Amino acid sequence: MDAICNWWNDLMSNDIWFYLLTTAVKLVIMFALILAFVVLSVWIERRVAGWIQDRPGPNRAGLPLFLLQRFGSKEKQPLKDVLHFFGIPETSRIARLCTWLRLDREIPTFGLMQPCLDGGKLFLKQETTPSYVRKLYFIVAPMLVLGPPMVAAAVLPFASCVDTIYGSISMCVANLDIGPLWIFAISGLSVYGLTLAGWSSNSKYPFLGGLRATAQLISYEVAMGLSVIPLLMMFGTLNLQSIVQYQADNGWTLLPLWGEGLSLQRWVMMLPLGISFLIFVTCVFAEANRTPFDMAECETDLVGGYHTEYSSMKFASFFMGEYAAMVIGSAVVVTLFLGGWSIGFGADAALASYSQWLAVLCQTLMFIVKLLAFIFFFVWVRWTLPRFRWDQVMKLGWLVFLELTVANIFLTAAVLYFVK
Amino acid sequence: MSYIPIKRPKFSLLDKIYVVELVKGLIITFKHLALSLMGKSRGKKDFSNKGVGICMQFPEERWDARLPEYYRGAPTLVRGEDGRERCVSCQLCEFICPARAITITPGEVDPNSSCQKQEKAPAKFEIDMLRCIYCGMCQEACPEQAIFLSKEYLITLTDRKKAIRDKETLYRLGGMRKGLVNKWNQYK
Repeated sequence: MDAICNWWNDLMSNDIWFYLLTTAVKLVIMFALILAFVVLSVWIERRVAGWIQDRPGPNRAGLPLFLLQRFGSKEKQPLKDVLHFFGIPETSRIARLCTWLRLDREIPTFGLMQPCLDGGKLFLKQETTPSYVRKLYFIVAPMLVLGPPMVAAAVLPFASCVDTIYGSISMCVANLDIGPLWIFAISGLSVYGLTLAGWSSNSKYPFLGGLRATAQLISYEVAMGLSVIPLLMMFGTLNLQSIVQYQADNGWTLLPLWGEGLSLQRWVMMLPLGISFLIFVTCVFAEANRTPFDMAECETDLVGGYHTEYSSMKFASFFMGEYAAMVIGSAVVVTLFLGGWSIGFGADAALASYSQWLAVLCQTLMFIVKLLAFIFFFVWVRWTLPRFRWDQVMKLGWLVFLELTVANIFLTAAVLYFVK
Repeated sequence: MSYIPIKRPKFSLLDKIYVVELVKGLIITFKHLALSLMGKSRGKKDFSNKGVGICMQFPEERWDARLPEYYRGAPTLVRGEDGRERCVSCQLCEFICPARAITITPGEVDPNSSCQKQEKAPAKFEIDMLRCIYCGMCQEACPEQAIFLSKEYLITLTDRKKAIRDKETLYRLGGMRKGLVNKWNQYK
């Protein structure tokens, strides 16, 4: 036992091993979190779509209890036994509530199982690759769509740092000093996936979809990059962890209510930052190929867009990639504008002085809550707005956003210079 | 050729900026979301379903009582009030059926039947429910008012052979109808 402890001590005292092990653990957590959120956001999408359209959405898929029988339980109705065990009569209100929740037939998940089952179905479906496609690029394309959002997530901080006896652990996979640039660079790569998918399908409509995706992503990439410059001018750093730390100490970008956030400068800054926020969020929508900017796959004029020729798990990769991009987009917006993991009102420092691990846990939960709220906003907008026309999208990107963002940078500079 | 140009609404600057209109739209959709979650969606009273939105939870709640008179379900054969087979095996339904679901083998009239005036009766009458598209053409074509679409809509088959409904089944499902055809009885 002592030998193991000593070995562990030696291992963790080595800087390289400490770094490698903690990074591996964070990597696994981050990856699992994103994949879970992809599934969850599909569920949120479908449920919220249902509610907005006055229907329940997928609420059926639960874990059926006949599976228990399959695994050797002989009783047909576990619910009855459970009620009997606790001495609850079968006509009581509790029993009726259980029946209403359909506990006698299945374990309810409120439809959460639905995306999992859909994924399983897509996995088992027949894979058809048309004979006329360019095979290599056809296979590479879905990977290029699913990969970049996962990689881009590496710089996103999901909690502050923890000091252990071996060293300090910063709660993001890679604490780079070029955070936002990394995200823009990597998520810009996903356009290759769409383009290659459109081109290698060797068919008219996917090609048009791929073209649209390329044009749209490139145009909005410009405005997206320019729109965060006011923020960076204010923070004075490109490290996402320090950006969030600054927000935790001095008020969120859009909620400067504590610390230095109460100064006049920060409140005047709300104007350029508000414009930045609007433009950035719109660009994130465009980057994630979401309605009202889903030009690349609008069914009415392009059949299915760039993924028309795909089937089975390759299609699922596109589907997941789209939702992963949405999750990452939301995470970036939350990190830059809504305070990232910070709980706010100085609660971070107070919690950290009590227990750093507790603070990290609370901060992660806070980050998840904010992320969920923003994903809900994403979905909400999707089921509110109709799709823009193609020329309108291009016009908005090049003729409105580009000029606005450039003007916004000068406005920010003026505010920072003149208002103290 | 003359045409009338459609009058497009003039957008103000506020409309063009789009943000205010977007917020208005978001409020409308959120209202729907909140109301359907509270179970108070518009038009819910007329619908009397339980739970979220105005959607019937199908296997538990059913449309049966609300099906309109003209609902087109599974086709059935009917008997007249004297219990005679109305079908005279003219095969018009078989010819008109667009899905070719009906197969009729004409035969002699049953000697024990109360009415011997018609010349033919179906020896076999089969409807393949896997082919039937519930269009109602058979009912329209029938000169004897012998085939009617019932309100039966839940046809779940476990076997292809069970999909073919024979004469006995069709008569059992159709039951008896009064009036309508007086061609063969004492009134004629």
